[in-house]
Amino acid sequence: MKTLVISIKIFLFFTVLTGIIYPLLVTGIVQVIYPSKANGSMQMKGKISTGSLLIGQQFDSAIYFTSRPSAVSYNPLPSGGSNYGLTSAKLKALVEERRKQFIAFNHLDSLTSVPGEMLFASASGLDPHISPQSAFLQAERIASARCFNPVQEQKLMQAIDSLTEPPQFFCLGEPRINVLLLNLETDKIR
Amino acid sequence: MTTLDVIQVVLFFVLLIALTPVLGKYMSKVFTGEKHVMLPVAGWLERLAYRFSGIDPEEGTNWKTYTFSLLVFNLAGFIFVFLIQLVQAHLPLNPAHLANVSWDSAFNTSVSFMTNTNWQGYAGETTLSYFVQMMGLTVQNFVSAATGIAVLMALIRGIAGRNAQNLGNFRTDLTRATLYVLLPLSILFAIILTGQGVVQNFKHYETVQTLQGAKQVIPMGPAASQIAIKQLGTNGGGFFNANSAHPFENPTPFSNFLEMLAILLIPAGLTYTYGKMVGSTRQGWTIFTVMLILLLAGLGISLYGEYASNAVYGHLALLEGKETRFGITNSVLWSTITTAASNGSVNAMHDSLTPLTGMIAMINLMLGEIIFGGVGAGLYGMVIFIILTVFIAGLMVGRTPEYLGKKIEAFEVQMAIIAVLAPNFIILVFTAWASVSPAGLQGLNNAGPHGFSEILYAYSSAAGNNGSAFAGLNANTVFYNLTLGLGMLVGRFGIILPVMAIAGSMVKKKITPLSSGTFRTDNGLFIGLLIAVILIVGGLTHFPALSLGPVVEHLLMNHGITF
Repeated sequence: MKTLVISIKIFLFFTVLTGIIYPLLVTGIVQVIYPSKANGSMQMKGKISTGSLLIGQQFDSAIYFTSRPSAVSYNPLPSGGSNYGLTSAKLKALVEERRKQFIAFNHLDSLTSVPGEMLFASASGLDPHISPQSAFLQAERIASARCFNPVQEQKLMQAIDSLTEPPQFFCLGEPRINVLLLNLETDKIR
Repeated sequence: MTTLDVIQVVLFFVLLIALTPVLGKYMSKVFTGEKHVMLPVAGWLERLAYRFSGIDPEEGTNWKTYTFSLLVFNLAGFIFVFLIQLVQAHLPLNPAHLANVSWDSAFNTSVSFMTNTNWQGYAGETTLSYFVQMMGLTVQNFVSAATGIAVLMALIRGIAGRNAQNLGNFRTDLTRATLYVLLPLSILFAIILTGQGVVQNFKHYETVQTLQGAKQVIPMGPAASQIAIKQLGTNGGGFFNANSAHPFENPTPFSNFLEMLAILLIPAGLTYTYGKMVGSTRQGWTIFTVMLILLLAGLGISLYGEYASNAVYGHLALLEGKETRFGITNSVLWSTITTAASNGSVNAMHDSLTPLTGMIAMINLMLGEIIFGGVGAGLYGMVIFIILTVFIAGLMVGRTPEYLGKKIEAFEVQMAIIAVLAPNFIILVFTAWASVSPAGLQGLNNAGPHGFSEILYAYSSAAGNNGSAFAGLNANTVFYNLTLGLGMLVGRFGIILPVMAIAGSMVKKKITPLSSGTFRTDNGLFIGLLIAVILIVGGLTHFPALSLGPVVEHLLMNHGITF
């Protein structure tokens, strides 16, 4: 009986400490020092929020760079991947279809090797990035859909270059480009 | 693989090795009651905890009392987490108006978080309120990890102690582990993670208008505080469904690097603490070396599995279920670490790994989560294998086996065998049952051998208290919630009880001084023997099952066969 009472009391103590005080303390600190990041890195366009820089969006219009395939169609409730194994016939068919579609949509040569991330769905279904190669492969299609002149097209290429994030601290992770940022930048080209 | 890939992997292991003695020394001070840096900062909290609960911190207990306190405390946690899920709709901090959780899912989740497994049959952002995530799950993240450390401390005192009964005090160990190790590291880590972009707020889910004009609802919540302890405590339960692949849980390569480090930090440090507390850091480093060798071997095979070309996709980069910012190397490094360390968080979907890489993940689970393993749990699991190795070596040379001066006798070996067999029994029997019952088969997401792998992985993960999944398996059904829940209980307490019994029996034994006839447990020969015993026990038990799943899938994939 004594053991039970002590156990419940110490459990109560830790519930208050680690279940209430700890998350509140952390929230208090980060809301002061990293307010934007703690609240989801939201991207404002004027007064309305166009989404989070970290959460990918569906892009299928010809005037925008396309995001990766997503098993949840970029609906974050809930996030997740396809969970297809590599011997799944469904996955193989999907990859073939995506390859054909990417090549047709971007008017590419039928032998172009399409980067893996445009053929395979991401783990979260919300991957905000694509590789710089995938961006370059799409650039011409976007330029022609937007009827860009050569100067504007040059600006588009520069946007891809300047928005490419190298590996963090020179060595961590992969070079990548944020699709939402890139598309916002593309909208600005006049 | 590029040079950059190699640099990242090397950097990771160099840092891990460098931090092991630093944290290990600190933890040995915490648990032997010496002065340490956190005492002036948090000492008052420890005294407050004891005064509030009526604990006498100096009270030594025997193994039965220690174990009983542990079980009652865990039971209290289980009941609380179970109940608040059933009524979460009526509780505060539920901005998304999520409904009450079903009884079977609530059972599974509360067992899962109490046992440090953090298997998740549910999706966080559409199932659990902020209230349940904080008051229920974050708390269990801390105390289940602290429980693992406490059991290890009792075992160490059993091995090193000369005092016929005393194994220490469960509540003191629990309190110190939480206040001086887990909490300070978590606060620091949560702040750094938020600096990288992990969310930490109590806002409503945010509705935004995407650039193309569609509506997107973005979930929010106090994620960073939970993710910090989820990694440090080798818990692994994600705040969001995609776990550490979700950009709000793991936004950058740097956050990814730190989270991987956090997974192994305490289990690695504890090997040093162990050495320090049994009186020879060499013993600790020996164990560390065995773990590191097994981890690196697995990592090598896993990387080969993902980078080698195959007959289905040729040389195409296999990015299904992987995130662009992490790429293949960081996904594979994570999948190896998280399964070795009984963490179970994922930054890539393990269901979509190549058969070889998925098999290494499974083997890490099946060996009993002893390659670093869960905090505390990995090391006491490893000591079980050490006892077996010493016993087998003793049989070979015809001498009474002893470990660190204490005789290993029939009772210890019996208990060690129970601890090895209990989780393996669960894996094989439940996998067989699910593979032939309609309730088990209807959850499958993949056909062919990969479907079998999904089931095998699920029970290996439950019995190993890991929590990662081949997540295509729909396990949120009454059948899976109950069988996996039972598997987690056996995988946790089926090891803790024999380990405590061993501690209780060892503590009574006299220490024989070292002599030239002593079989050494801190040299290369012993490292080799221990690895051999681990692989033979694991291999004999699981090779047949593995050959029905990933092995045959690998062979078929190399012939271009799909299902």
